[in-house]
Amino acid sequence: MSAPTAWTVDSIRAALAGEKTSARELTTEFYARIEKQNASLNAFLALCPERAFAQADRIDALVKAGGSLPPLAGVPMAIKDVIATRGVPTTCGSRILEGYLPPYDATAVARLEGAGAIVLGKTNCDEFAMGSSNENSAYGPVRNPVALDRVPGGSSGGSAAAVAAGLAVAALGTDTGGSIRQPGSFCGIPAMMPSYGRVSRYGLIAFASSLDRIGPFATTVRDAALIMAVIAGRDANDSTSAAAPVADYAAELDKPIKGLRIGIPQEYFGEGMDAAVRQKIEAGIELLKKLGCQPVELKMPHTDYAIAAYYIVATAEASSNLARYDGVRYGLRVPGATLAEMYKKTRGRGFGPEVKRRIMLGTYALSAGYYDAYYKKAQQVRALIARDFAEAFSRVDAIVTPTSPVPAFRLGERTDDPLQMYLADIYTVTGSLAGVPGISLPCGKTPEGLPVGLQIFGNTFGESRVLQLAHSFEKAGGFIV
Amino acid sequence: MKISREDVLRVAELANLALSEQEVSTLQSQLDHILEYIGKLNELDTTNVEPLAQVLSGVAAGENPALRDDVVVPCDIAKDALAAAPDPAPPYFRVPKVIDRAEGSSGDDR
Repeated sequence: MSAPTAWTVDSIRAALAGEKTSARELTTEFYARIEKQNASLNAFLALCPERAFAQADRIDALVKAGGSLPPLAGVPMAIKDVIATRGVPTTCGSRILEGYLPPYDATAVARLEGAGAIVLGKTNCDEFAMGSSNENSAYGPVRNPVALDRVPGGSSGGSAAAVAAGLAVAALGTDTGGSIRQPGSFCGIPAMMPSYGRVSRYGLIAFASSLDRIGPFATTVRDAALIMAVIAGRDANDSTSAAAPVADYAAELDKPIKGLRIGIPQEYFGEGMDAAVRQKIEAGIELLKKLGCQPVELKMPHTDYAIAAYYIVATAEASSNLARYDGVRYGLRVPGATLAEMYKKTRGRGFGPEVKRRIMLGTYALSAGYYDAYYKKAQQVRALIARDFAEAFSRVDAIVTPTSPVPAFRLGERTDDPLQMYLADIYTVTGSLAGVPGISLPCGKTPEGLPVGLQIFGNTFGESRVLQLAHSFEKAGGFIV
Repeated sequence: MKISREDVLRVAELANLALSEQEVSTLQSQLDHILEYIGKLNELDTTNVEPLAQVLSGVAAGENPALRDDVVVPCDIAKDALAAAPDPAPPYFRVPKVIDRAEGSSGDDR
């Protein structure tokens, strides 16, 4: 089997401008790839060919007219199913929203299409983005295209698998505790979580509102940068979206990284890390040193408390956000004799086990008598973790760590013990709580051939710096270190 | 055990979740296990630490992100909003009866 063309934003642009292909041909090609592979990967939950071809025809008309092409002209993309798409099924991987057709587009989706991207369809994910393996989807797990008996990571597993398998040139995912970065790591592609507030959450169906972020999966850092520049920025429909200026990320990619100080926090290199992962991450750090970065040993003493704080903050917010699924305005309704009975039966049947577990944990943490002991305490520890990052960034320009302590594990291997699954989020939840941006980059493979992910954190709204480091790392061969 | 069966039932009631017997017992042991782990937060002295609910400060964001001008805009969304309802009765969402007159309540049932 010959490998399918590895399209990028730039190569598509050149091919369209030179009339080597058309957006319609490209869209047809990508739907053919999906047709061929989705049965084994289960990456897509819904396709929207009418919408995609209409957009493709608009791009082709622009090419014919000889006008300038928008920044993502003709780029076939996939959208995680927790992000609203007008008239296209959006289920959040849940039975409770089966068949739901949102009446509006998320801002990020509207901006992508405004920039010429072609939305192919919606990708599978853990139910309401709650999970680290994509095994919590009500529509079946996604398989990792690198090794079909392995999970793709989660919760944005479908987006990661789609891009890694070449079923989309890029995709949007969402990250609350690692849900972009960890699947990026497991599937071996660049995956970026922007700063909190950098990308509008309007139309992102809420899991934990103080943590949720939308960000890109791509096959090159440059593509991630080009997408970031389109989706970032203030949106009147999201009061937490930031007005801080958006850099021309792609134009800044080649800025020199020589002399940058990269923090290596010792807490991220302790017990529990797979030996092959450790070896690759150390090789990745060596490469950054060769590129002129200065490693600085760091202490981030509250790292070990991040999982506990995260699983209180995130579940408390989730228990409140998911109260809206009550069988009244959208989604599933299970009849009941009274309103209360209808609510309970609808939610009891509509939610899967992990979502119920988190609603229960969050409700418990917020309930009378426990609020101070759990929720307030977790928010105080969150402040300490944010302080660790602030202190680190007074000394360094970036922080480099593994993305996950382990490579992609086998389907079913970790489903019996929810706490063990949570603990594997140790390297990603810290940055989630602190609000900083982070990227996961491919950093070689284990002897079994499984991708390892290197994580680079930047300071708040320091996306440019993160992308510069990532781009230099990629150019120097870091992806196959 | 930190979590009793009664705790699980009380929280399920608060969360409006119908749980099976099997779910109640599974959740009891899982929540207990998870909360025992979360207890490690108590190793940290957080006296005088201000809780952090939201990372975005106005300064970092470039302005106070919570405030915008109060401008009236058209908002004709009733039809769209009802389109996904399981039991719409335009312009309302219909739900099962909340108050039963037959139970002799003299209160306002409208």
